[in-house]
Amino acid sequence: MQAFDYIAPSTVQEAVALLAKHGAGARVLAGGTDLIIQAREGRRDVALMVDVKGIAEVTVLSLASDGSLRVGAATSCATIYQNAEVAKRFPALVDSAALIGGIQIQSRASLGGNLCNSGPAGDTIPTLIALSATCEIAGPAGTRTVAVEDFCTGPGRNVLQNGEMLVALTFPAPASHSGAAFERFIPRNEMDIAVANAAANVTLSADGGTFQSARIAIGAVAPTPLYVAAAGAALAGQSVSDATIAKACAAAQEAAIPITDMRGSIDQRKHLVGVLVRRTINKAVERARG
Amino acid sequence: MSKRIVSANINGETAEFLVEPYETLLESLRHELGMMGTKEGCGNGNCGACNVIMNGSLVNSCCVLGVEANGATITTIEGVAQADHLHPLQQSFLENAALQCGICTPGFIVAAKALLDAEPDADEARMRHYLAGNLCRCTGYDKIIRAVLDARDVMRQATGAR
Repeated sequence: MQAFDYIAPSTVQEAVALLAKHGAGARVLAGGTDLIIQAREGRRDVALMVDVKGIAEVTVLSLASDGSLRVGAATSCATIYQNAEVAKRFPALVDSAALIGGIQIQSRASLGGNLCNSGPAGDTIPTLIALSATCEIAGPAGTRTVAVEDFCTGPGRNVLQNGEMLVALTFPAPASHSGAAFERFIPRNEMDIAVANAAANVTLSADGGTFQSARIAIGAVAPTPLYVAAAGAALAGQSVSDATIAKACAAAQEAAIPITDMRGSIDQRKHLVGVLVRRTINKAVERARG
Repeated sequence: MSKRIVSANINGETAEFLVEPYETLLESLRHELGMMGTKEGCGNGNCGACNVIMNGSLVNSCCVLGVEANGATITTIEGVAQADHLHPLQQSFLENAALQCGICTPGFIVAAKALLDAEPDADEARMRHYLAGNLCRCTGYDKIIRAVLDARDVMRQATGAR
């Protein structure tokens, strides 16, 4: 392991000051399931680990009375899916949080860590996009918010500037008659990196027969997870039917710009986008109809 | 950069030890505390050989820094047997021949203990799902799952008999 120092600040202000002072060598440590491995394997130079798990607002999980949700950037996946009320209201979050790595990883890994690692195949990111999550970012100049679909800028890269850290993700209350779902494809049942993944969040008319609006996101098929506005637009105002859903799938396939690598080929990934978007929309519709 | 003092409850006893800020909990257990039961398999969070229970959660100790253990309560494989008798899981792994080289075994037993402590009635499907983060490259998984199923039954009987 490369030699790095470690500090556990108790406030966001302290953490931001440390990050600003130490520059690129300082890294925010949440669950460490990516970062500690990267440091150990020399894939990331780390001079200082800033452990944020002692900061209350970074490990919070709080459902507001208006139905909106706030998830601290370092709140573990297990904390999320073990909360019955959150699991009931945000089942798509559970879809994602409960399939990242094994139980051992879920004990530590966080939504914020997955997002800040900014891997193209990050299994929570399409869900965060579909659920219209907002990133709360603290930095030396104060706080700012960024829509989650604008957060990642390339493989392993994101909008965080020197001294900035992700504090929390906030989710608006799910609309009436809405539902969301996430799926990924891997060649085995558990413990693998997505060949492709997708999330859908649909809002239906009160009778459940028409899409009012939809948000579709796909992953592992571009340098960053993608929000596919055109796929949502293909559904909005249309009746819930296989033909309508096929149009959304085609729009998502059109937006996908995958590569061929050890996990899958361009053709396979394009195909998978169609399959996964169809399945997640159908599952989201099922959940919306309750 | 200086070593840090860590104080943790390990297997029911308070342990104080010094760690480098960049060493993993796995390294601290093995090198600082001489507790060699916890194994290093992959060293990157895939195999589960280094599993310990930390503050009630199953974790890969290779993905935790030793310094993060300060104030924590930790159960390692050394804390699974009680006094002079084996834990039902350990006995069951022996009886089912659920090990060959043994490197994955401490991780499997600690993980299975975490499962059965939380979910005493876990079924086979749940076991297979829960143990997906533990890899064995010798026996295949059937004997391991049979061992956990048997241990579950023994533990349920013991609870029922109380």
